Amino acid sequence: MPVVLPETLDELRTVTAGGDVVLLAGGTDLMVALNHRARVLPPDTTVVGLSAIPELATWSHEPSSGEITIGACVTWADLERPPFDQLCPALAQAARTVGSPQIRNAGTLAGNIATASPAGDGLPVLLALGATVDLAGPSGDRNVPLDDLLLGPKRTAIEPDEVITAIRVPEVQGWQGYAKIGVRNAMVISVAGVAVVLDAGARRARVALGSVGPTVFVAEEASQILSESFDWDGWQCEESIIATVADTAAAEARPIDDHRSTAAYRRHGVRVLTSRLISRGVERR
Amino acid sequence: MSDTLAPAHPVESRQQVPGGIGEPVLRPDGGAKVDGSYEFSSDRSIDGELWSMTLRSPHPRARIILVDTAPALAVPGVAAVVTAADVPGVNGFGLISGDQPVFATEEVRFVGEPVAAVAASDAETCARAIEAIVVIYEVLEPLVDPERAVDGSFEAIHPDGNVIRHQRIRRGDVDFVGEVTVEGTYEIGMQDQAFLGLEAAVAVPDSDGAGLELLVATQWLHEDRRQIAACLGLEEERVRLTLGGVGGAFGGREDISLQVHVSLLALVTGRPVRSAYSRAESFIGHVHRHPARIWMRHHADRDGTLRKVEARFVLDGGAYASTSSAVLINAVTHAQGPYRCENADVEGWAVRSNHLPCGAMRGFGVVQACFAHERQMDLLAEACGLDAVDIRLRNAMETGDRLITGQPIDNVAPVARCITETMALPMPEEDSDGHVLSAPGGAGLTSDDGVVRGVGMAVSIKNLMYSEGFDDFATVRCVVRDGRASLKFATAEVGQGFITIALQIARTELGIADVAFESIDTAVGSAGSTSASRQTWMSGGAVVEACRGVAAQILDMAAAEHDVDRALLAIEGEWIMSDGIPLITVADALDGREFEHTAEFHHAPTAELDEDGQGDCHTAFAFTAHRAVVDVDPELGLLRVVQIATAQDVGVALNPLSVIGQIEGGVAQGLGLAVMEEIIQTDGVIRNASFTDYLIPTIADMPPVLISLIEERDPIAPLGAKGVGEPPCISVTPAIVSAIDDALRRAGVHRSALTRVPVRPQDIALAGEGSTTTVGP
Amino acid sequence: MREIGTECTLTVNGVAHEVSGLHPGESLLDALRERCGLRGSKGACQEGECGSCTVLVDGVAVCSCLTMAASVEGCSITTVEGVGAGDLSDLQDAFLRAGAVQCGFCTPGLIVAATALLERQPDPSANEVCEGLAGNLCRCTGYGRIVKAVLDTAETRRSSTS
Repeated sequence: MPVVLPETLDELRTVTAGGDVVLLAGGTDLMVALNHRARVLPPDTTVVGLSAIPELATWSHEPSSGEITIGACVTWADLERPPFDQLCPALAQAARTVGSPQIRNAGTLAGNIATASPAGDGLPVLLALGATVDLAGPSGDRNVPLDDLLLGPKRTAIEPDEVITAIRVPEVQGWQGYAKIGVRNAMVISVAGVAVVLDAGARRARVALGSVGPTVFVAEEASQILSESFDWDGWQCEESIIATVADTAAAEARPIDDHRSTAAYRRHGVRVLTSRLISRGVERR
Repeated sequence: MSDTLAPAHPVESRQQVPGGIGEPVLRPDGGAKVDGSYEFSSDRSIDGELWSMTLRSPHPRARIILVDTAPALAVPGVAAVVTAADVPGVNGFGLISGDQPVFATEEVRFVGEPVAAVAASDAETCARAIEAIVVIYEVLEPLVDPERAVDGSFEAIHPDGNVIRHQRIRRGDVDFVGEVTVEGTYEIGMQDQAFLGLEAAVAVPDSDGAGLELLVATQWLHEDRRQIAACLGLEEERVRLTLGGVGGAFGGREDISLQVHVSLLALVTGRPVRSAYSRAESFIGHVHRHPARIWMRHHADRDGTLRKVEARFVLDGGAYASTSSAVLINAVTHAQGPYRCENADVEGWAVRSNHLPCGAMRGFGVVQACFAHERQMDLLAEACGLDAVDIRLRNAMETGDRLITGQPIDNVAPVARCITETMALPMPEEDSDGHVLSAPGGAGLTSDDGVVRGVGMAVSIKNLMYSEGFDDFATVRCVVRDGRASLKFATAEVGQGFITIALQIARTELGIADVAFESIDTAVGSAGSTSASRQTWMSGGAVVEACRGVAAQILDMAAAEHDVDRALLAIEGEWIMSDGIPLITVADALDGREFEHTAEFHHAPTAELDEDGQGDCHTAFAFTAHRAVVDVDPELGLLRVVQIATAQDVGVALNPLSVIGQIEGGVAQGLGLAVMEEIIQTDGVIRNASFTDYLIPTIADMPPVLISLIEERDPIAPLGAKGVGEPPCISVTPAIVSAIDDALRRAGVHRSALTRVPVRPQDIALAGEGSTTTVGP
Repeated sequence: MREIGTECTLTVNGVAHEVSGLHPGESLLDALRERCGLRGSKGACQEGECGSCTVLVDGVAVCSCLTMAASVEGCSITTVEGVGAGDLSDLQDAFLRAGAVQCGFCTPGLIVAATALLERQPDPSANEVCEGLAGNLCRCTGYGRIVKAVLDTAETRRSSTS
């Protein structure tokens, strides 16, 4: 059977029970691997398409809890546009940098997580927001912090019979932003990416880094310094603090030299982007 | 045979049949291209065809110990597996020397070198068969430093040796020392043509196995035929090529890629065989622009008058010679740029290495030379206290001035006009329009305040057509029948629009509106290559001659039938005029008769260079200037090209719409080389054989391009029209780099000038590898 | 739960194509070209980086090389062959007049992507055209005439309705 399309979550759990399935959301990562024969589907493979399950294709916002629930098949194009861009600006900013309009029309946040590339554009923002992931499986559902799911380059802690059904992020009072360095204006793999979230309610800041380590990760030291030194009441941050946070984030980065860039430049990029993002946060730009 | 082919009457003053020269006529294949029905070579399939695939070396250099194809032959559905042993003719091909094997025999010399090929029932089976072939290699140390090929310290990696071509140019006083000198060492990375239409062909064998038909996207049908026939041991007349729809070329289809392989498989299997490259295979399956390292030292008077150029060029030709020899000559003979210079001491090498083979790419050696000489002119301007524009105007060539080879420029040479008209084009708005794409970093939102704008400019000279005594020609047959004209030519249409102007020329020359062209194939004489900005001149010239041959027959007949003096007759618009008075329409004069003429158009002969690089080796020259405005984020090294302005010496714009298309397209490729395009090889292994990591400009990277067409009719070019394909991609690259330097200067960033393309963000943002430019005395 | 085997029906440009023998994971691009006889959509990279394969699925522009053929049974697929509905569309005509076509390999993908762009944004700025077509590479034209063709089409549509 080339493709099965479950129409409810229960059907989905049934179909993934054996664990030996290939999940298809937007297809923008899977199909590249199949086209290049980097991955070959044996003839008896079941491909499970997720596009027929209505809950997965929508996002919702619960004002009382401030929680935003993003269905696994919500596309980058959906995240880029109003009204989502007002609700979660940094994720909308990240969405706008993904690939091309065609890629954004098909690609999903869930796919970004499941692929777990160290350059995944949505991941720094999700980590900086403290995102959690809903996983459905035949033996039960669970909700896991995204941070715990990303194990290494293209490796996650998602079990073979589990499916991402939703991503949960908080609605943040304060400021959030994302910036990414690429050599070209479109369709470009991130050379370095930084997300900064200034959570006024929790009086906590997070700085998350992409493309500068085996996974996307939260720069814990830099985040802690910023959390403790940011003037939450006055909504201010001294230049020297910004510089220290930026330097710390750069020091926490573990970039490599490769054909896209150098470790030195990536580290420099992290420092500059972190500094600029915090300044924007102070000015609420 | 005439080189001038001036119009019988000046084009502007004569009445024209609609759709003639000078109009923005729409391309005849455009309808099919926009509705998707146009057939590219990759769209053709034939019943009963087999698929094919090539096994390629994973090593940059290795000895082949063993090739075992038996396991592949055992895969069900495999029809044939071929290796070097199956090549019936010569196991060697190449545009200049036959130094490249069809399949490697004892040694592989680059990653991607073909070792075997398979024909099978479908692509999947081909892939499994390829995987089944066993090859045992003994890996050898690759030659990856071109300097070691120059100094002879690395063993020969090919029987022909490691130096493909060496040339010196010495003119005037080679010991002259100027009042002012500037020097620098410049690097140009490997650029890829990256045409969108992937390599594809279909070969159909003749039933007697002694001939075949090949449908292929290529640049030169007859040269492909020559090489295929030699490799397969066939008579050339039995190898019949038809041009399939070509999805761009830019030099990358001038060499053989899949042609011999697919033809051999067709002969061996006795069945039609189809071949199509993937993008990754395309990147390694065709030649690239030569990476180069160029040292230059310019000597000038204190007032900025250029007195002497010294240069040392090293071009890395990769594993096989291709057209490296000619690329080198182009590079060294253009070392002075479009400037008067009476003294020169230039030396250059094109060398072999275990890198990907290099050959023709739009610009053909002059891209590299121009980057160096324009960076030098910027340094010279600074050293002499002159404006970048003024120093170029001071030294600008004019008709009659000479290259450092001694060759005088006989063409129009409006260099000063190129410069002044470029600079006169409006500058962009000061303020950004606020859209995210207008800022460096684009949607990546990297920019804040601190973006600085810079302006730079550069000028180029580019030879047109081939050089060094090559007897280049093009053939066209014109037939007029039933009131309609038909042109037959082998000129490869690769998107540049030759088929459009061919019809325009015929309409103007014949006074007949209904003109079409026949299948483009080897059933007519060679048209030469679609390269070197030559087809307007050469194939266009052949169209003119062929049509004039027919026109002469029509006029001969009209003179006889109307009893008028033949010398008084001319075609103007749709009329035959006798002494300026309408006599009869061309259509009526034809009266159901048929006329035909085949013309073979040659340009005037060129000479070889002597050991001091002296000789009139080039055919003709064209000139262009570019101005670039670039916004730079100095801290991150990201940038946005805001505007390109250019004035190009085109002679006569036979089709202004086509000319603008060539200019905008060339500017995009030059911009790509300046800031984003490079094939990266590490220890001889390519790292970025994909569009994910070989970045060409998207629509979001391209700025508006302002264009001024300088139409000074050239006295030598047919119809006064110069070739326009290459000039647009040459000086735009140094103009952009100059603009980046200007922005950094304005930002107060103290560092040496940028000396390498493509410029990478770290080159701007991180002081580190300082440049090697020095200014003296 | 729907199950789509090696046979499926692809509805392309309003026509139902019965397709059989689908390979596991076969792309919509391959199915269109090799099984439906619709070769207008082109493959130039097979990884979603060039846009030559762009088609509309339920009106939304996607790369057909990244779309699994079996997964779009029941969807309405539009290719370049279906954009004009018989004659050339105004956009196709504008491409011709503006000189936006040279080799033509990128043209089908661009026509489809630009068709979708103008549906969504009938009055785009030049920057919006550029951002909307950033997924379509062209190596011949330098894009200037393409931007003009799209803006000309938008202008013509505006003035014909006003």
